[in-house]
Amino acid sequence: MDWAFLSETFRNLVSAIPLTLKLGALSMVLGSILATLLALMRLSGIRALDGVARLYIFVFRGTPLLVQIFLIYYGLGQFPAVRHSFLWPFLREPYWCAILALTLNTGAYVAEIIRGGLLAVPAGQIEAARACGMSPWLRFRRIVMPLAIRQALPAYGNEVIAIVKATSLTSIITLMEVTGVAARIIAETYRTVEVFVVAGAIYLAINFVLTRLIMLAEYRLTPHLRQPPQGRLVSAKGETR
Amino acid sequence: MNEPGFLDIISFGPGGWGAALLAAALMTVAVAVTGFTAGGIIGIFAAWAKISGGRALRVIADGYTTVLRGIPELLVIYLFYFGGSALVTAVGKYFGAEGFIGLPGFLAGSLAVGVTSGAFHTEVFRGAFRTVNKGELEAATACGMSPWLKFRRIIAPLTLRHALPGLGNVWQVVLKESALVSVTGVVELLRQAQIGAGSTGLPFDFFLIAGALYLAISTFSGFVLRLGERRLSRGVRRG
Repeated sequence: MDWAFLSETFRNLVSAIPLTLKLGALSMVLGSILATLLALMRLSGIRALDGVARLYIFVFRGTPLLVQIFLIYYGLGQFPAVRHSFLWPFLREPYWCAILALTLNTGAYVAEIIRGGLLAVPAGQIEAARACGMSPWLRFRRIVMPLAIRQALPAYGNEVIAIVKATSLTSIITLMEVTGVAARIIAETYRTVEVFVVAGAIYLAINFVLTRLIMLAEYRLTPHLRQPPQGRLVSAKGETR
Repeated sequence: MNEPGFLDIISFGPGGWGAALLAAALMTVAVAVTGFTAGGIIGIFAAWAKISGGRALRVIADGYTTVLRGIPELLVIYLFYFGGSALVTAVGKYFGAEGFIGLPGFLAGSLAVGVTSGAFHTEVFRGAFRTVNKGELEAATACGMSPWLKFRRIIAPLTLRHALPGLGNVWQVVLKESALVSVTGVVELLRQAQIGAGSTGLPFDFFLIAGALYLAISTFSGFVLRLGERRLSRGVRRG
Protein backbone atom coordinates (compact mmCIF):
# COMPACT_ATOMS: atom_id res chain seq x y z
CA MET A 1 0.00 0.00 0.00
CA ASP A 2 1.42 3.34 -1.04
CA TRP A 3 0.04 5.56 1.69
CA ALA A 4 1.85 8.66 0.47
CA PHE A 5 0.15 8.40 -2.92
CA LEU A 6 -3.22 7.65 -1.37
CA SER A 7 -3.09 10.63 0.96
CA GLU A 8 -1.95 12.95 -1.82
CA THR A 9 -4.78 11.70 -4.04
CA PHE A 10 -7.20 12.13 -1.18
CA ARG A 11 -6.08 15.73 -0.64
CA ASN A 12 -6.39 16.52 -4.35
CA LEU A 13 -9.85 15.00 -4.55
CA VAL A 14 -11.09 16.66 -1.37
CA SER A 15 -10.21 20.06 -2.80
CA ALA A 16 -12.59 19.25 -5.68
CA ILE A 17 -15.54 18.46 -3.39
CA PRO A 18 -16.79 22.08 -3.15
CA LEU A 19 -17.35 22.23 -6.92
CA THR A 20 -19.26 18.92 -6.88
CA LEU A 21 -21.45 20.16 -4.04
CA LYS A 22 -21.98 23.55 -5.65
CA LEU A 23 -23.08 21.98 -8.93
CA GLY A 24 -25.37 19.58 -7.12
CA ALA A 25 -26.92 22.10 -4.74
CA LEU A 26 -27.52 24.84 -7.29
CA SER A 27 -29.10 22.55 -9.86
CA MET A 28 -31.16 20.90 -7.13
CA VAL A 29 -32.62 24.23 -6.00
CA LEU A 30 -33.23 25.57 -9.51
CA GLY A 31 -34.48 22.17 -10.66
CA SER A 32 -37.01 22.01 -7.84
CA ILE A 33 -38.41 25.41 -8.80
CA LEU A 34 -38.73 24.29 -12.42
CA ALA A 35 -40.23 21.00 -11.27
CA THR A 36 -42.89 22.73 -9.18
CA LEU A 37 -43.88 24.78 -12.20
CA LEU A 38 -44.04 21.66 -14.37
CA ALA A 39 -46.04 19.74 -11.79
CA LEU A 40 -48.55 22.59 -11.49
CA MET A 41 -48.81 22.69 -15.28
CA ARG A 42 -49.51 18.97 -15.33
CA LEU A 43 -52.21 19.36 -12.70
CA SER A 44 -53.67 22.60 -14.02
CA GLY A 45 -56.33 20.83 -16.03
CA ILE A 46 -55.55 23.10 -18.98
CA ARG A 47 -54.91 20.82 -21.93
CA ALA A 48 -52.18 22.90 -23.59
CA LEU A 49 -50.16 23.42 -20.40
CA ASP A 50 -50.49 19.76 -19.48
CA GLY A 51 -49.35 18.71 -22.95
CA VAL A 52 -46.31 20.96 -22.91
CA ALA A 53 -45.21 19.71 -19.49
CA ARG A 54 -45.83 16.11 -20.52
CA LEU A 55 -43.71 16.51 -23.65
CA TYR A 56 -40.94 18.22 -21.70
CA ILE A 57 -40.82 15.44 -19.11
CA PHE A 58 -40.92 12.75 -21.80
CA VAL A 59 -38.02 14.28 -23.73
CA PHE A 60 -35.78 15.03 -20.76
CA ARG A 61 -36.34 11.70 -19.06
CA GLY A 62 -36.00 9.76 -22.29
CA THR A 63 -32.61 11.03 -23.42
CA PRO A 64 -29.21 10.62 -21.74
CA LEU A 65 -28.03 13.52 -19.60
CA LEU A 66 -24.74 13.55 -21.49
CA VAL A 67 -26.59 14.28 -24.75
CA GLN A 68 -28.35 17.17 -23.04
CA ILE A 69 -25.05 18.52 -21.71
CA PHE A 70 -23.44 18.32 -25.16
CA LEU A 71 -26.46 19.87 -26.81
CA ILE A 72 -26.23 22.88 -24.52
CA TYR A 73 -22.46 23.20 -24.27
CA TYR A 74 -21.46 22.47 -27.88
CA GLY A 75 -24.77 22.80 -29.67
CA LEU A 76 -26.02 26.25 -28.66
CA GLY A 77 -22.82 27.97 -29.79
CA GLN A 78 -23.66 26.92 -33.34
CA PHE A 79 -26.22 29.72 -33.66
CA PRO A 80 -24.92 33.27 -34.21
CA ALA A 81 -28.06 34.60 -32.51
CA VAL A 82 -27.01 32.84 -29.31
CA ARG A 83 -23.39 33.90 -29.65
CA HIS A 84 -24.37 37.54 -29.93
CA SER A 85 -27.00 37.53 -27.22
CA PHE A 86 -26.54 38.81 -23.68
CA LEU A 87 -26.64 35.18 -22.49
CA TRP A 88 -23.44 34.23 -24.26
CA PRO A 89 -21.10 35.17 -21.37
CA PHE A 90 -22.97 32.49 -19.39
CA LEU A 91 -23.50 29.89 -22.11
CA ARG A 92 -19.82 30.09 -23.02
CA GLU A 93 -18.85 28.86 -19.57
CA PRO A 94 -18.89 25.10 -19.01
CA TYR A 95 -19.94 25.77 -15.41
CA TRP A 96 -23.21 27.50 -16.35
CA CYS A 97 -23.89 25.03 -19.16
CA ALA A 98 -23.53 22.22 -16.65
CA ILE A 99 -25.87 23.94 -14.19
CA LEU A 100 -28.40 24.53 -16.96
CA ALA A 101 -28.29 20.94 -18.19
CA LEU A 102 -28.49 19.45 -14.69
CA THR A 103 -31.35 21.79 -13.79
CA LEU A 104 -33.38 20.99 -16.90
CA ASN A 105 -32.76 17.28 -16.41
CA THR A 106 -33.56 16.99 -12.72
CA GLY A 107 -36.55 19.31 -13.17
CA ALA A 108 -38.21 16.64 -15.33
CA TYR A 109 -37.65 13.88 -12.79
CA VAL A 110 -38.59 15.93 -9.73
CA ALA A 111 -41.75 17.22 -11.47
CA GLU A 112 -43.22 13.71 -11.48
CA ILE A 113 -42.22 13.24 -7.84
CA ILE A 114 -43.95 16.47 -6.84
CA ARG A 115 -46.99 15.61 -8.93
CA GLY A 116 -47.23 12.27 -7.16
CA GLY A 117 -46.96 14.01 -3.80
CA LEU A 118 -49.66 16.53 -4.65
CA LEU A 119 -51.99 13.82 -5.92
CA ALA A 120 -51.52 11.87 -2.71
CA VAL A 121 -52.99 14.62 -0.54
CA PRO A 122 -56.32 13.20 0.67
CA ALA A 123 -59.35 15.02 -0.74
CA GLY A 124 -60.93 15.13 2.72
CA GLN A 125 -58.10 17.24 4.08
CA ILE A 126 -58.54 19.78 1.31
CA GLU A 127 -62.30 19.83 1.85
CA ALA A 128 -61.79 20.33 5.57
CA ALA A 129 -59.46 23.25 4.90
CA ARG A 130 -62.02 24.76 2.55
CA ALA A 131 -64.73 24.26 5.12
CA CYS A 132 -62.57 26.14 7.63
CA GLY A 133 -62.65 29.07 5.21
CA MET A 134 -59.01 29.00 4.18
CA SER A 135 -58.10 30.94 1.08
CA PRO A 136 -56.55 28.89 -1.75
CA TRP A 137 -53.08 30.20 -0.98
CA LEU A 138 -53.35 29.54 2.75
CA ARG A 139 -54.74 26.10 1.99
CA PHE A 140 -51.77 25.35 -0.25
CA ARG A 141 -49.27 26.68 2.26
CA ARG A 142 -50.65 25.07 5.39
CA ILE A 143 -52.28 21.86 4.20
CA VAL A 144 -51.43 20.74 0.67
CA MET A 145 -47.72 21.58 0.57
CA PRO A 146 -46.66 20.04 3.88
CA LEU A 147 -48.59 16.85 3.17
CA ALA A 148 -47.22 16.64 -0.38
CA ILE A 149 -43.65 17.18 0.79
CA ARG A 150 -44.01 14.49 3.40
CA GLN A 151 -45.28 12.10 0.76
CA ALA A 152 -42.64 12.96 -1.84
CA LEU A 153 -39.58 13.07 0.39
CA PRO A 154 -38.37 9.45 0.04
CA ALA A 155 -38.49 9.63 -3.76
CA TYR A 156 -36.88 13.06 -3.65
CA GLY A 157 -34.06 11.59 -1.58
CA ASN A 158 -33.32 9.13 -4.39
CA GLU A 159 -33.24 12.00 -6.86
CA VAL A 160 -30.78 13.93 -4.67
CA ILE A 161 -28.38 10.99 -4.81
CA ALA A 162 -28.91 10.78 -8.57
CA ILE A 163 -27.97 14.46 -8.98
CA VAL A 164 -24.78 14.05 -6.96
CA LYS A 165 -23.85 11.14 -9.22
CA ALA A 166 -24.86 13.11 -12.30
CA THR A 167 -22.48 15.97 -11.47
CA SER A 168 -19.67 13.57 -12.42
CA LEU A 169 -20.68 13.91 -16.08
CA THR A 170 -19.72 17.58 -16.06
CA SER A 171 -16.09 16.46 -15.95
CA ILE A 172 -16.51 15.56 -19.62
CA ILE A 173 -17.00 19.26 -20.43
CA THR A 174 -13.77 20.09 -18.58
CA LEU A 175 -15.13 20.88 -15.12
CA MET A 176 -12.67 19.77 -12.46
CA GLU A 177 -15.00 18.33 -9.88
CA VAL A 178 -14.20 15.07 -8.05
CA THR A 179 -14.50 12.78 -11.08
CA GLY A 180 -12.64 15.25 -13.30
CA VAL A 181 -9.71 15.41 -10.89
CA ALA A 182 -9.82 11.62 -10.50
CA ALA A 183 -9.65 11.15 -14.29
CA ARG A 184 -6.71 13.55 -14.48
CA ILE A 185 -4.80 11.68 -11.77
CA ILE A 186 -5.55 8.36 -13.49
CA ALA A 187 -4.24 9.75 -16.78
CA GLU A 188 -1.07 11.02 -15.09
CA THR A 189 -0.26 7.98 -12.95
CA TYR A 190 -2.15 4.99 -14.44
CA ARG A 191 -3.01 3.93 -10.89
CA THR A 192 -6.68 3.42 -11.59
CA VAL A 193 -7.67 1.23 -8.69
CA GLU A 194 -6.26 3.44 -5.93
CA VAL A 195 -7.76 6.61 -7.41
CA PHE A 196 -11.08 4.85 -7.95
CA VAL A 197 -11.20 3.67 -4.34
CA VAL A 198 -10.50 7.15 -2.97
CA ALA A 199 -12.95 8.92 -5.31
CA GLY A 200 -15.61 6.27 -4.71
CA ALA A 201 -15.20 6.65 -0.96
CA ILE A 202 -15.71 10.40 -1.26
CA TYR A 203 -18.94 9.96 -3.24
CA LEU A 204 -20.16 7.34 -0.81
CA ALA A 205 -19.46 9.67 2.11
CA ILE A 206 -21.34 12.55 0.46
CA ASN A 207 -24.30 10.31 -0.35
CA PHE A 208 -24.28 8.80 3.12
CA VAL A 209 -24.53 12.23 4.74
CA LEU A 210 -27.27 13.28 2.31
CA THR A 211 -29.38 10.16 2.92
CA ARG A 212 -29.06 10.75 6.69
CA LEU A 213 -30.22 14.35 6.24
CA ILE A 214 -33.22 13.22 4.21
CA MET A 215 -34.04 10.60 6.83
CA LEU A 216 -33.84 13.27 9.52
CA ALA A 217 -36.18 15.53 7.56
CA GLU A 218 -38.54 12.59 7.08
CA TYR A 219 -38.47 11.91 10.81
CA ARG A 220 -39.28 15.53 11.63
CA LEU A 221 -42.09 15.71 9.10
CA THR A 222 -43.89 12.58 10.29
CA PRO A 223 -44.53 13.14 14.01
CA HIS A 224 -47.75 11.15 13.75
CA LEU A 225 -45.84 7.97 12.93
CA ARG A 226 -43.62 8.21 15.99
CA GLN A 227 -44.17 6.60 19.36
CA PRO A 228 -45.30 9.19 21.90
CA PRO A 229 -42.23 10.14 23.91
CA GLN A 230 -43.65 10.08 27.43
CA GLY A 231 -46.56 8.57 29.30
CA ARG A 232 -45.68 5.09 28.16
CA LEU A 233 -46.54 2.64 30.88
CA VAL A 234 -45.77 -1.00 30.74
CA SER A 235 -48.42 -3.01 32.46
CA ALA A 236 -47.74 -6.16 34.40
CA LYS A 237 -48.53 -8.27 31.36
CA GLY A 238 -45.93 -6.45 29.33
CA GLU A 239 -48.39 -4.58 27.13
CA THR A 240 -47.53 -1.08 26.16
CA ARG A 241 -50.20 1.44 27.05
CA MET B 1 -20.56 29.04 -46.85
CA ASN B 2 -22.00 25.78 -48.03
CA GLU B 3 -23.32 24.21 -44.87
CA PRO B 4 -25.28 20.98 -45.20
CA GLY B 5 -28.88 21.29 -44.12
CA PHE B 6 -30.59 19.12 -41.55
CA LEU B 7 -32.01 16.81 -44.20
CA ASP B 8 -28.62 16.38 -45.85
CA ILE B 9 -27.23 15.17 -42.56
CA ILE B 10 -29.79 12.47 -41.97
CA SER B 11 -29.89 11.35 -45.59
CA PHE B 12 -28.51 7.96 -46.54
CA GLY B 13 -26.94 9.20 -49.76
CA PRO B 14 -23.33 10.27 -50.29
CA GLY B 15 -22.34 12.95 -47.80
CA GLY B 16 -25.22 11.93 -45.57
CA TRP B 17 -24.72 10.53 -42.11
CA GLY B 18 -27.87 8.40 -42.00
CA ALA B 19 -26.16 5.03 -42.38
CA ALA B 20 -23.44 5.88 -39.88
CA LEU B 21 -25.96 7.11 -37.32
CA LEU B 22 -28.13 4.05 -37.77
CA ALA B 23 -25.15 1.74 -37.31
CA ALA B 24 -24.20 3.71 -34.21
CA ALA B 25 -27.73 3.34 -32.86
CA LEU B 26 -27.40 -0.43 -33.32
CA MET B 27 -24.10 -0.27 -31.42
CA THR B 28 -25.85 1.59 -28.60
CA VAL B 29 -28.46 -1.16 -28.45
CA ALA B 30 -25.68 -3.79 -28.49
CA VAL B 31 -23.83 -2.11 -25.60
CA ALA B 32 -27.05 -1.71 -23.63
CA VAL B 33 -28.20 -5.29 -24.23
CA THR B 34 -24.79 -6.71 -23.26
CA GLY B 35 -24.65 -4.56 -20.15
CA PHE B 36 -28.24 -5.36 -19.21
CA THR B 37 -27.66 -9.10 -19.63
CA ALA B 38 -24.46 -9.01 -17.59
CA GLY B 39 -26.26 -6.99 -14.94
CA GLY B 40 -29.11 -9.49 -14.91
CA ILE B 41 -26.76 -12.43 -14.33
CA ILE B 42 -24.98 -10.55 -11.54
CA GLY B 43 -28.34 -9.51 -10.13
CA ILE B 44 -29.65 -13.09 -9.96
CA PHE B 45 -26.61 -14.25 -8.00
CA ALA B 46 -26.53 -11.22 -5.71
CA ALA B 47 -30.26 -11.50 -5.02
CA TRP B 48 -29.80 -15.19 -4.25
CA ALA B 49 -26.92 -14.31 -1.92
CA LYS B 50 -29.09 -11.76 -0.13
CA ILE B 51 -32.08 -14.07 0.21
CA SER B 52 -30.59 -17.42 1.06
CA GLY B 53 -26.85 -17.00 1.28
CA GLY B 54 -24.85 -17.28 4.45
CA ARG B 55 -23.79 -14.32 6.54
CA ALA B 56 -20.58 -13.65 4.59
CA LEU B 57 -22.34 -13.80 1.22
CA ARG B 58 -25.06 -11.49 2.45
CA VAL B 59 -22.56 -8.93 3.68
CA ILE B 60 -20.72 -9.03 0.35
CA ALA B 61 -23.95 -8.61 -1.62
CA ASP B 62 -25.10 -5.77 0.63
CA GLY B 63 -21.74 -4.04 0.23
CA TYR B 64 -21.92 -4.48 -3.53
CA THR B 65 -25.36 -2.93 -3.93
CA THR B 66 -24.62 -0.09 -1.49
CA VAL B 67 -21.34 0.88 -3.13
CA LEU B 68 -22.42 0.52 -6.75
CA ARG B 69 -25.60 2.50 -6.22
CA GLY B 70 -23.71 5.28 -4.45
CA ILE B 71 -20.88 6.06 -6.84
CA PRO B 72 -21.13 7.64 -10.30
CA GLU B 73 -21.31 5.27 -13.27
CA LEU B 74 -18.61 7.25 -15.02
CA LEU B 75 -16.08 6.34 -12.32
CA VAL B 76 -16.92 2.65 -12.76
CA ILE B 77 -16.43 2.95 -16.50
CA TYR B 78 -13.02 4.58 -15.93
CA LEU B 79 -12.14 1.78 -13.51
CA PHE B 80 -12.98 -0.95 -16.00
CA TYR B 81 -11.50 0.80 -19.01
CA PHE B 82 -8.20 2.02 -17.56
CA GLY B 83 -7.94 -0.54 -14.77
CA GLY B 84 -8.86 -3.39 -17.10
CA SER B 85 -6.24 -2.30 -19.62
CA ALA B 86 -3.60 -2.12 -16.87
CA LEU B 87 -4.54 -5.62 -15.76
CA VAL B 88 -4.41 -7.01 -19.29
CA THR B 89 -1.05 -5.31 -19.84
CA ALA B 90 0.34 -6.81 -16.65
CA VAL B 91 -0.88 -10.27 -17.61
CA GLY B 92 0.54 -9.75 -21.12
CA LYS B 93 3.92 -8.78 -19.68
CA TYR B 94 3.91 -11.95 -17.61
CA PHE B 95 3.51 -13.98 -20.77
CA GLY B 96 6.20 -12.00 -22.52
CA ALA B 97 4.18 -9.45 -24.47
CA GLU B 98 5.66 -6.01 -25.05
CA GLY B 99 4.12 -2.65 -24.28
CA PHE B 100 0.61 -1.50 -23.48
CA ILE B 101 -2.40 -3.63 -24.34
CA GLY B 102 -5.73 -1.82 -24.33
CA LEU B 103 -8.93 -3.56 -23.33
CA PRO B 104 -11.54 -3.17 -26.08
CA GLY B 105 -13.84 -0.28 -25.18
CA PHE B 106 -16.95 -2.35 -25.93
CA LEU B 107 -15.96 -5.04 -23.45
CA ALA B 108 -14.87 -2.66 -20.70
CA GLY B 109 -17.80 -0.32 -21.24
CA SER B 110 -20.56 -2.89 -21.30
CA LEU B 111 -19.04 -4.79 -18.36
CA ALA B 112 -18.97 -1.54 -16.38
CA VAL B 113 -22.58 -0.84 -17.30
CA GLY B 114 -23.41 -4.41 -16.31
CA VAL B 115 -21.75 -4.14 -12.92
CA THR B 116 -23.56 -0.88 -12.09
CA SER B 117 -26.93 -2.08 -13.35
CA GLY B 118 -26.41 -5.38 -11.51
CA ALA B 119 -26.90 -3.53 -8.25
CA PHE B 120 -30.32 -2.33 -9.42
CA HIS B 121 -31.17 -5.75 -10.85
CA THR B 122 -30.42 -7.26 -7.45
CA GLU B 123 -32.97 -5.10 -5.68
CA VAL B 124 -35.59 -5.68 -8.36
CA PHE B 125 -35.20 -9.47 -8.18
CA ARG B 126 -35.14 -9.45 -4.40
CA GLY B 127 -38.32 -7.42 -4.21
CA ALA B 128 -40.05 -9.59 -6.81
CA PHE B 129 -39.03 -12.83 -5.12
CA ARG B 130 -40.75 -11.70 -1.94
CA THR B 131 -44.07 -11.75 -3.74
CA VAL B 132 -43.72 -15.43 -4.66
CA ASN B 133 -46.14 -17.45 -2.59
CA LYS B 134 -44.30 -19.62 -0.10
CA GLY B 135 -46.82 -22.41 -0.57
CA GLU B 136 -45.85 -22.76 -4.23
CA LEU B 137 -42.20 -23.23 -3.25
CA GLU B 138 -43.17 -25.83 -0.66
CA ALA B 139 -45.37 -27.59 -3.17
CA ALA B 140 -42.46 -27.75 -5.61
CA THR B 141 -40.23 -29.24 -2.93
CA ALA B 142 -42.97 -31.68 -1.97
CA CYS B 143 -43.18 -32.80 -5.60
CA GLY B 144 -39.52 -33.74 -5.33
CA MET B 145 -38.17 -31.08 -7.66
CA SER B 146 -34.42 -30.57 -7.55
CA PRO B 147 -33.32 -27.02 -6.64
CA TRP B 148 -32.44 -26.28 -10.25
CA LEU B 149 -35.75 -27.58 -11.59
CA LYS B 150 -37.58 -25.64 -8.91
CA PHE B 151 -35.75 -22.50 -9.91
CA ARG B 152 -36.40 -23.02 -13.61
CA ARG B 153 -40.06 -24.05 -13.46
CA ILE B 154 -41.39 -22.22 -10.41
CA ILE B 155 -39.17 -19.43 -9.06
CA ALA B 156 -37.96 -17.89 -12.32
CA PRO B 157 -41.36 -17.48 -14.05
CA LEU B 158 -43.13 -16.22 -10.92
CA THR B 159 -40.36 -13.80 -10.01
CA LEU B 160 -40.07 -12.53 -13.54
CA ARG B 161 -43.75 -11.69 -13.64
CA HIS B 162 -43.37 -9.25 -10.76
CA ALA B 163 -39.88 -8.13 -11.71
CA LEU B 164 -40.75 -7.03 -15.23
CA PRO B 165 -41.92 -3.46 -14.47
CA GLY B 166 -38.81 -2.89 -12.35
CA LEU B 167 -36.61 -4.47 -15.01
CA GLY B 168 -38.16 -2.07 -17.52
CA ASN B 169 -36.98 0.85 -15.43
CA VAL B 170 -33.50 -0.65 -15.14
CA TRP B 171 -33.40 -1.14 -18.91
CA GLN B 172 -34.25 2.52 -19.53
CA VAL B 173 -31.48 3.54 -17.13
CA VAL B 174 -29.00 1.18 -18.81
CA LEU B 175 -29.92 2.52 -22.25
CA LYS B 176 -29.14 6.06 -21.14
CA GLU B 177 -26.04 4.95 -19.27
CA SER B 178 -24.69 3.38 -22.45
CA ALA B 179 -24.07 6.94 -23.68
CA LEU B 180 -21.26 7.18 -21.12
CA VAL B 181 -19.46 4.33 -22.85
CA SER B 182 -18.62 6.87 -25.55
CA VAL B 183 -15.69 7.99 -23.35
CA THR B 184 -13.97 4.67 -24.13
CA GLY B 185 -14.06 5.43 -27.85
CA VAL B 186 -16.74 2.90 -28.80
CA VAL B 187 -18.54 4.38 -31.77
CA GLU B 188 -22.04 4.26 -30.35
CA LEU B 189 -24.70 6.87 -30.93
CA LEU B 190 -23.23 9.71 -28.88
CA ARG B 191 -19.67 9.12 -30.11
CA GLN B 192 -20.89 9.07 -33.72
CA ALA B 193 -22.74 12.33 -33.11
CA GLN B 194 -19.54 13.85 -31.71
CA ILE B 195 -17.63 12.71 -34.78
CA GLY B 196 -20.27 14.15 -37.07
CA ALA B 197 -20.41 17.39 -35.11
CA GLY B 198 -16.64 17.72 -35.31
CA SER B 199 -16.41 17.17 -39.04
CA THR B 200 -19.37 19.34 -40.09
CA GLY B 201 -19.34 22.04 -37.42
CA LEU B 202 -23.01 21.42 -36.70
CA PRO B 203 -23.04 20.10 -33.12
CA PHE B 204 -26.63 21.12 -32.43
CA ASP B 205 -28.06 19.14 -35.34
CA PHE B 206 -26.08 16.02 -34.53
CA PHE B 207 -26.78 15.95 -30.80
CA LEU B 208 -30.43 16.66 -31.52
CA ILE B 209 -30.57 13.66 -33.86
CA ALA B 210 -28.77 11.51 -31.29
CA GLY B 211 -31.29 12.58 -28.65
CA ALA B 212 -34.19 11.80 -30.97
CA LEU B 213 -32.79 8.33 -31.69
CA TYR B 214 -32.38 7.61 -27.97
CA LEU B 215 -35.96 8.70 -27.48
CA ALA B 216 -37.09 6.42 -30.30
CA ILE B 217 -35.23 3.42 -28.87
CA SER B 218 -36.58 3.95 -25.37
CA THR B 219 -40.13 4.49 -26.61
CA PHE B 220 -39.99 1.34 -28.73
CA SER B 221 -38.55 -0.75 -25.90
CA GLY B 222 -41.19 0.60 -23.53
CA PHE B 223 -43.81 -0.66 -25.97
CA VAL B 224 -42.18 -4.11 -26.14
CA LEU B 225 -41.95 -4.26 -22.35
CA ARG B 226 -45.64 -3.58 -21.98
CA LEU B 227 -46.37 -6.43 -24.37
CA GLY B 228 -44.11 -8.72 -22.34
CA GLU B 229 -45.80 -7.68 -19.13
CA ARG B 230 -49.18 -8.54 -20.55
CA ARG B 231 -47.92 -11.93 -21.70
CA LEU B 232 -46.28 -12.85 -18.41
CA SER B 233 -49.22 -11.86 -16.28
CA ARG B 234 -51.75 -13.98 -18.11
CA GLY B 235 -53.83 -15.72 -15.52
CA VAL B 236 -53.32 -13.06 -12.87
CA ARG B 237 -56.54 -11.72 -11.48
CA ARG B 238 -56.53 -7.97 -11.04
CA GLY B 239 -58.60 -6.47 -8.29
